[in-house]
Amino acid sequence: MDAFTTHTGIGTPLRMSNVDTDQIIPAVYLKRVTRTGFEDGLFASWRADPSFVLNTEPYSRGSVLVAGSDFGTGSSREHAVWALLDYGFRVVVSSRFGEIFKGNSSKAGLLAATVEQSDVELLWKKIEQRPGLELTVDLEACTITADDLTVRFTIDEYTRWRLMEGLDDIDLTLRHAEDIDAYEAGRPAHKPVTLAT
Amino acid sequence: MGRTLAEKVWDQHVVRRGEGQEPDLLYIDLHLVHEVTSPQAFDGLRLAGRRVRRTDLTLATEDHNVPTKDLHLPIADETSATQVSTLRRNCEDFGVRLFPMGTQDQGIVHMIGPEQGLTQPGTTVVCGDSHTSTHGAFGALAFGIGTSEVEHVLATQTLPLRPFKTMAIEISGTLRPGVTSKDVILAVIAQIGTGGGAGYVLEYRGEAVRQMSMEARMTMCNMSIEAGGRAGMVAPDETTFAYLRDRPHAPKGEQWDAAVAAWRELRTDDDAEFDAVVHVDADALTPFVTWGTNPGQGLPLGESVPDPATMDDDDAAATRKALEYMALEPGTRLRDIAVDVVFLGSCTNARIEDLRAAAEILRHHQVADSVQMLVVPGSMRVKAQAEAEGLDVVFTEAGAEWRSAGCSMCLGMNPDQLSPGQRCASTSNRNFQGRQGKGGRTHLVSPLVAAATAVRGTLSSPEDLVDDRADTTTLQPA
Ligand code: SF4
Repeated sequence: MDAFTTHTGIGTPLRMSNVDTDQIIPAVYLKRVTRTGFEDGLFASWRADPSFVLNTEPYSRGSVLVAGSDFGTGSSREHAVWALLDYGFRVVVSSRFGEIFKGNSSKAGLLAATVEQSDVELLWKKIEQRPGLELTVDLEACTITADDLTVRFTIDEYTRWRLMEGLDDIDLTLRHAEDIDAYEAGRPAHKPVTLAT
Repeated sequence: MGRTLAEKVWDQHVVRRGEGQEPDLLYIDLHLVHEVTSPQAFDGLRLAGRRVRRTDLTLATEDHNVPTKDLHLPIADETSATQVSTLRRNCEDFGVRLFPMGTQDQGIVHMIGPEQGLTQPGTTVVCGDSHTSTHGAFGALAFGIGTSEVEHVLATQTLPLRPFKTMAIEISGTLRPGVTSKDVILAVIAQIGTGGGAGYVLEYRGEAVRQMSMEARMTMCNMSIEAGGRAGMVAPDETTFAYLRDRPHAPKGEQWDAAVAAWRELRTDDDAEFDAVVHVDADALTPFVTWGTNPGQGLPLGESVPDPATMDDDDAAATRKALEYMALEPGTRLRDIAVDVVFLGSCTNARIEDLRAAAEILRHHQVADSVQMLVVPGSMRVKAQAEAEGLDVVFTEAGAEWRSAGCSMCLGMNPDQLSPGQRCASTSNRNFQGRQGKGGRTHLVSPLVAAATAVRGTLSSPEDLVDDRADTTTLQPA
């Protein structure tokens, strides 16, 4: 997982609230057997509409999604986070996130930045005034800068640390690799192995 | 204070105690893998450049998607075919042993661990499948995990876990003939509800459990998840050791003695305390069947479809919805419910003992004309054993279909599915809406009830058949 300190990219406004994980990626797109390639399913039910924001230049090239409140509620599917990352988003901004979505984001390296709803409105205005405007998200300072506007976001300390170190769950466990080695050295000899007998 | 069985197994597997709010890191002795929940886990490893830490503690099988007949033909459904071929490629790339469909050791993931002798007392067993609780019958701590945890175990052979609570299911007395561990677990779920065991590891204890075979214990542990439990366990005893002895992966020689000595310690201390206790009187139990759309909606076969009018609001609403889906009228005797299909299979009840019990009934009877009966052994080893005993002939001569091993109509990911509106008596574990096929209606039953139902065409127990035969003998001169 790539470490995250700052990120600069085009802001994409998603003027919708209560976007649940079924809307982020509908179930029919979950059949794939790989961990990547979920970008086709991202917001699939809206993508047919030519006026949908991801169908408009330059927003289609955005990497910072600024969404309405209660983003990522609903079913626990991790594919919702993968779809956003696969499409090219590194940051999602909202005034409130679904809890499980937030947890899944931190595991996969997507920054879910919580800001005040009034700041979401200000960011939308900025982005729409100057389409293609690049936002800079600074995880150290916990700020999002859009032109002359700077807003603060919140994130819990643990998740912030993980993202800055670029550690996924497996990395976190492997920090204790010596403990695992030591445990393995002491396992009883009668424990089974799966190799052909 | 003493410790429970579950706590002992937990303590033996702590790689690192979590500090403060942190979870404990637990070592995993056996990781079972199948084609549905593993593809993204392997792909995640690939993307991160990681390998499988312990291929020698990992074993894969093809089960959820595999057809149960015409195995020589390619799998028709595209998603199913892709999942199976992906598993094959992943196992090859990462060096994981695989039991492919059609080969002698293949079977449902929860069949192969026990029959290979890999599921042993005091081990930790995980699999990306909720019915991993089955393995707890051996005194293993066994539970289902999600795909990202599958990846975590593949990479590290450990899992960060938060402790659970413990619940004792005390089953006193002796089961009457014709009453099985399936009836016990259905009765337990009806008693405590589908959420009653949430957050708990269930330990089945008491005289009736001691008298049960390993197969019967597995059936009960299998459905712990339907009671909301994280896992189910039974303390190992002589029955367990006798089952394991001489299995391909059981310890041999001195190792066997060392293992048995360690296994004998695996029991809940007399002064240990459970967080909750549930009592069941085995003597009072009769065959149990479900009438609704969750496994907690069950009753003794002798009763009638419940009446929502007699319930409080929440229950009444749920019952009305279930009855509507099941197309059942309150007050109908359960014995009068006619079925179209009987499914004898799944990781709950497709072991050799289950097939023997059903065959014993069908030896003297024919499957009713109105019923299609599908017999799907849980593994190819069970299939071979059954064929060696001639059970396949008993089933086919009685008019049932004899198939190859897989999950089959338990969840209808392969072509074995109910059609809309069809009603099925099924030995599997879930009667959710559409589980066995879109619009299909499921009644969960024991293998004995399944066989008797196939004969009479309505939900029945073997007792009903004895009565029939008595009638026939009196009516027809010999
Ligand atoms: S038989 Fe049914 S419950 Fe068992 S593993 Fe297969 S699908 Fe799951």
